[in-house]
Amino acid sequence: MRPYSVFEIGHQSHYFLLQNDTNLNNEKIFHKVATKSYRPMLGMIEKLLAQQPEFRLSLSISGVFIDQAELWGNDLIETLQRIVSTGRVEIVTETYYHSLAFFYSRREFEAQVALHRDKIYQLFGVSPTAFRNTELAYNNDLAQWAEAAGYQTILAEGWDPVLAGRTPNTVYRPEGTESIKLLLKNYRLSDDIAFRFSNRGWTEWPLTATKFTDWLDHATNEGPLVNLFMDFETFGEHQWADTDIFGFFEKFVNGWLARDDRTFYTVTQASREIEAQDTVSMPHVVTWADAERDLSAWMGNSLQQEALRHLYAVEHDVMRSGDNDLIRDWRYLQSSDHSYYMATKWLDDGAVHSYFSPYESPYDAFLYYMNAIRDVRWRVMKHNRLGGIDG
Amino acid sequence: MLGWELPPHNSGGLGVACYHMSKALALKGASIDFILPYTAQHPGTDFMRVHCAIDVHPSERFHLGSYDHEGAYERDLDDVAPGDVKSMRGVQKHYVRYVEKMVRSGNLQPDVIHAHDWLTMEAGMRAKELTGAPLVVHVHATEFDRSGERYGNPVVHEIEQQALQMADRIIAVSNITKAIIVERYGIPAEYVEVVHNAIDVDDFTAYEYDSRDYRYFESLRSEGYTIVATITRFTVQKGLTHFMRAAARACEKYDRFVFLFAGDGEQRDELIRMAAELGIADKVYFTGFVRGKQWRDIYTVADVFVMSSVSEPFGLTALEAAHHDSALIISRQSGVGEVLKNIFRYDFWDTDTLADQLVAIALSPSLAASLRKGVRDEYAKLSWNDVAQKCLRVYDKAPLTQGVLA
Repeated sequence: MRPYSVFEIGHQSHYFLLQNDTNLNNEKIFHKVATKSYRPMLGMIEKLLAQQPEFRLSLSISGVFIDQAELWGNDLIETLQRIVSTGRVEIVTETYYHSLAFFYSRREFEAQVALHRDKIYQLFGVSPTAFRNTELAYNNDLAQWAEAAGYQTILAEGWDPVLAGRTPNTVYRPEGTESIKLLLKNYRLSDDIAFRFSNRGWTEWPLTATKFTDWLDHATNEGPLVNLFMDFETFGEHQWADTDIFGFFEKFVNGWLARDDRTFYTVTQASREIEAQDTVSMPHVVTWADAERDLSAWMGNSLQQEALRHLYAVEHDVMRSGDNDLIRDWRYLQSSDHSYYMATKWLDDGAVHSYFSPYESPYDAFLYYMNAIRDVRWRVMKHNRLGGIDG
Repeated sequence: MLGWELPPHNSGGLGVACYHMSKALALKGASIDFILPYTAQHPGTDFMRVHCAIDVHPSERFHLGSYDHEGAYERDLDDVAPGDVKSMRGVQKHYVRYVEKMVRSGNLQPDVIHAHDWLTMEAGMRAKELTGAPLVVHVHATEFDRSGERYGNPVVHEIEQQALQMADRIIAVSNITKAIIVERYGIPAEYVEVVHNAIDVDDFTAYEYDSRDYRYFESLRSEGYTIVATITRFTVQKGLTHFMRAAARACEKYDRFVFLFAGDGEQRDELIRMAAELGIADKVYFTGFVRGKQWRDIYTVADVFVMSSVSEPFGLTALEAAHHDSALIISRQSGVGEVLKNIFRYDFWDTDTLADQLVAIALSPSLAASLRKGVRDEYAKLSWNDVAQKCLRVYDKAPLTQGVLA
């Protein structure tokens, strides 16, 4: 969101659009990433799908991305529609607003999942069978919910303390479920591409397709599959084109399929073809973030906790207003990025890290956000004739 | 070491910084002759030799705000009346003569001359001429900083220009100050090292907060008021008129604020008038000049400390506020903001942003607590030991040149 001042509360309620040259201009950022990553990588995927009948993949596309693509990059939607129509690209369901609603409001969470399913069906004509939560935030409750909601597959982090010596390279059954399958990210091999690919200080640099294929071959000795999950922006944005990340990906896919005993699965296909080997339990939330693999980057400090508490405290009143603009704005405020920018846990370590924020400080992020929530309250008050900026 | 003041006879941060820097340098083995322009006792300075150049007690000197630059008229010290030991130029003249005498007599044979600000720059240049020792000019503030948004005194500008050019090495207390030295005095950036100040927490350990000093404010606090304080000289440099306007803006959105303006100076009447005109006179309190216990207690009673300077080379008081558990809001034009992350920053003229930050802190207990805790954890990592280490490195490099523009 843009810098939203206390003096704007009750006067104007545009929290997100900013036309300037900063990194707070969503349109500017979208165009930048579309040019560097979305467009070239989708082009590469489309080409590989045409050349390699055994190439498959799953994509998880948030509603927030789709909304922006519809505004600023409709060609990306068209490309996605073409590749999904091959039948070899699966769309995974998630919360429309890239939110952590599961941990605050089950009703809101389910509403956002339904919105996402509707949007995916509307654009691509498919009904997803796999689910992944924002930031891969997962626990047993989520798996049990997903099973009850009819999903066949759910995704999570293959975190060592949870696996306790078992391999991530197979299919598991979540604790307390009967039929749903759990696929776990092989974070070492995924991060070799996503984080380390261009790191010249890494002993394995440069990572070639041949070398990576050897590692995958080795990993498949432990189990029937390797789950490589990563940000789409790995290709072209986190790892720039000049690192030859696109060339690497093309060579890797072609090289992997050069032998008949190797293939690619979509996540649902993998879970159908491979039996669950064991039960995995994650009573506490595990995410794919940071060394802690927990939610501390989003809910770890008191600023984030306060902001999220106030955000979800107005749920009932916002929904009751029946004002679609208000409901949409409130839902955009649920995107996990907002609270991520309020994280203070990296301020003190002094180390250089990959933490990105468009704000000068987490305190600024909190300030703008709380002002927006106060404006949401003000709008609620206009509808419902109650409340105020303090309550 | 050519300094202008040492605690307890200091009127501001310069004396505090010089004291701690010298102490840390001495602990690293430096042998220091510290020359002062007045005569007084300085307890706790036995780690160096303190020389008193002029037989005048500090209380007899010019007025408060002893870095006073506006009364400096004579460019040439020869034009100053011989008997004048109380005007700024008079004191400087005697100070230079004393330093000349010391080096000529052989009582002072420095390996390096470390001069602080325009006040002692002429003495530094003279000492360099006479001894050939390298001159390090330490810039705590330039005339541009002291003048706020005005131009300042041309005599002072000229002294600074000459000394910065003649120096072998320059130390700036922040990147902001370095930028001024480079851009406005035309000094090549490679001659200027940034050495941020630190804070000595031992200064505060023996101290206990006396809630009686500010009983009234404590009671307001217990009623849910947010106490916002600034402790400073009331000069244009400090940006207080902008702060006052921001205070009024903040009160439009939230009325349980108290603004504590601690200090004194030429802008006091203007600020009092402004508070009335803006309709917030009942929320703004002027304490007058405070020192000692009352001064420290202001930090403790404050929930939020604002440094509103138009141009603040460093701003040691912000670290003192951090030590006393205040949340900090610091203008982007203040150097201390370069070494702290758990703070709010704003441009000194941006009254709406400052008001926004004040309201945000007042409305959110977790924001106030996070800022306080965050900055308390980080300020203590700044140490005078590191400052001394960096100064020694600058000394080592100093003899390699023959003056910046030589």
